[in-house]
Amino acid sequence: MSALKFTKDHEWLRLEGDVAVVGITDHAQNALGDVVFVDLPELGREVEAGEAVAVVESVKAASDVYAPIAGKVVEVNAALAEEPGRINSDPTGEGWFFKIAPSGPLPDDLMDADAYAAFLETLA
Amino acid sequence: MTATETLHTTPLDALHRELGARMVPFAGYSMPLQYPAGIMAEHLHCRSAAALFDVSHMGQAELVGEGAAAALEALTPADVQGLKPGRQRYGLLLNEHGGIVDDFMFANLGERLFLVVNASRKHLDFPLIESVLPAGVRLRPLPDRALLALQGPGVAALIPSDLTFMGIAPMTIAGIEVIASRSGYTGEDGYEISVPAERAEALARALLAMPGVMPAGLGARDSLRLEAGLCLYGNDLDETTNPVEAALTWSIGKRRRMAWDFRGAEAVREALDKGPPRLRVGIRPEGRQPARAHTEIRAGGAKIGEVTSGGFGPSVNGPVAMGYVARDHAADGAPLDLIVRDKALPARVAPLPFHPHRYAR
Repeated sequence: MSALKFTKDHEWLRLEGDVAVVGITDHAQNALGDVVFVDLPELGREVEAGEAVAVVESVKAASDVYAPIAGKVVEVNAALAEEPGRINSDPTGEGWFFKIAPSGPLPDDLMDADAYAAFLETLA
Repeated sequence: MTATETLHTTPLDALHRELGARMVPFAGYSMPLQYPAGIMAEHLHCRSAAALFDVSHMGQAELVGEGAAAALEALTPADVQGLKPGRQRYGLLLNEHGGIVDDFMFANLGERLFLVVNASRKHLDFPLIESVLPAGVRLRPLPDRALLALQGPGVAALIPSDLTFMGIAPMTIAGIEVIASRSGYTGEDGYEISVPAERAEALARALLAMPGVMPAGLGARDSLRLEAGLCLYGNDLDETTNPVEAALTWSIGKRRRMAWDFRGAEAVREALDKGPPRLRVGIRPEGRQPARAHTEIRAGGAKIGEVTSGGFGPSVNGPVAMGYVARDHAADGAPLDLIVRDKALPARVAPLPFHPHRYAR
């Protein structure tokens, strides 16, 4: 399993073979609060990097989730429909959102864990 | 200068931060949105035990002098003069067109009336009330008093009293003299407690030390009041809504409906006689997806209204909303489409409240 990469929009991705698993970070789930609903993208959808492709709804608000890379959506986490709370309890594990088959190399502005932690410091 | 530098704080500001609250700006105040437990846990705890809310941002005032009740009736269709000592009532302040300037609580404390108005409207309400007062009646804003709400089925055992729902009296809680009303904004039993600002923190700490009491923020307050079918000024009510379409006709006193002697009476009378073109209703979206405020409501493809409050109801365990729909579509069970992110989310008109009120009648 490869290391997590992070975006400034508080998504993470992890390469599993030739697909990227995508979710939201612990910081993001904590800021959102209790997640009650997720609207996931359609299978087979071609997405651009930075495109809003999913929506996560907490008790208080709805937030967009962006595709961190361009490619095709090949799988979504159907278990979130019944148990959206997984996004809070295990954001980088069972709370994953969708998988993308990248259409090209990973963008070079993705951060590693240390760089993302430093980025969060700048927001505090 | 950042926005936070201009925000007011309540007397419990330091306590909120000590408790780990996430503070947000609301109606010009820095207020706790939630504590570390989170909105869901705070909401459910209020329904099962007891939750303490700081609502010190709300406007408190006294109306004193001979004829105070009659004077206030110029602006509200509520029966103020008929309110017995020791009782509180819900009322609406109206403009000339029958539009709602604010919703508020008024109480008869014997020698004076006690008012609680919305934080976001107090700067309008107080001058408006003062503008209609005759000589000898005075409005005294009480900016040096805090307001705490202790809500939930566990409260009755923690603070026993003879008060029933909407009763109000001076009392002593934890050695502190307060004015407590048996009321709230959650649909649960409980008290709203007016206390001098300098004793507010001591009172809050004493209440939080009582068994089963948890602090709760504005997030839980909003989901609790929505499940209880209670209006939020600025969302469900504004100066363009009249009491009839807001389904608040019950707040108009019987005597007032004979005399029609309040500001905006003509418009209210017309809405009652003709029936309003739109009505506030409860809405239950199908499935789990919430529909938020300003969501368009359609029926048969045509726009027939708008959601004014919407979110997830933790006790209902599903999405709940309120909004205004054309009268033809206001019957319980009427099918609606809520347009969420360009897709039609099926929903039905549903009776309010979504969660039964459990007041101490």
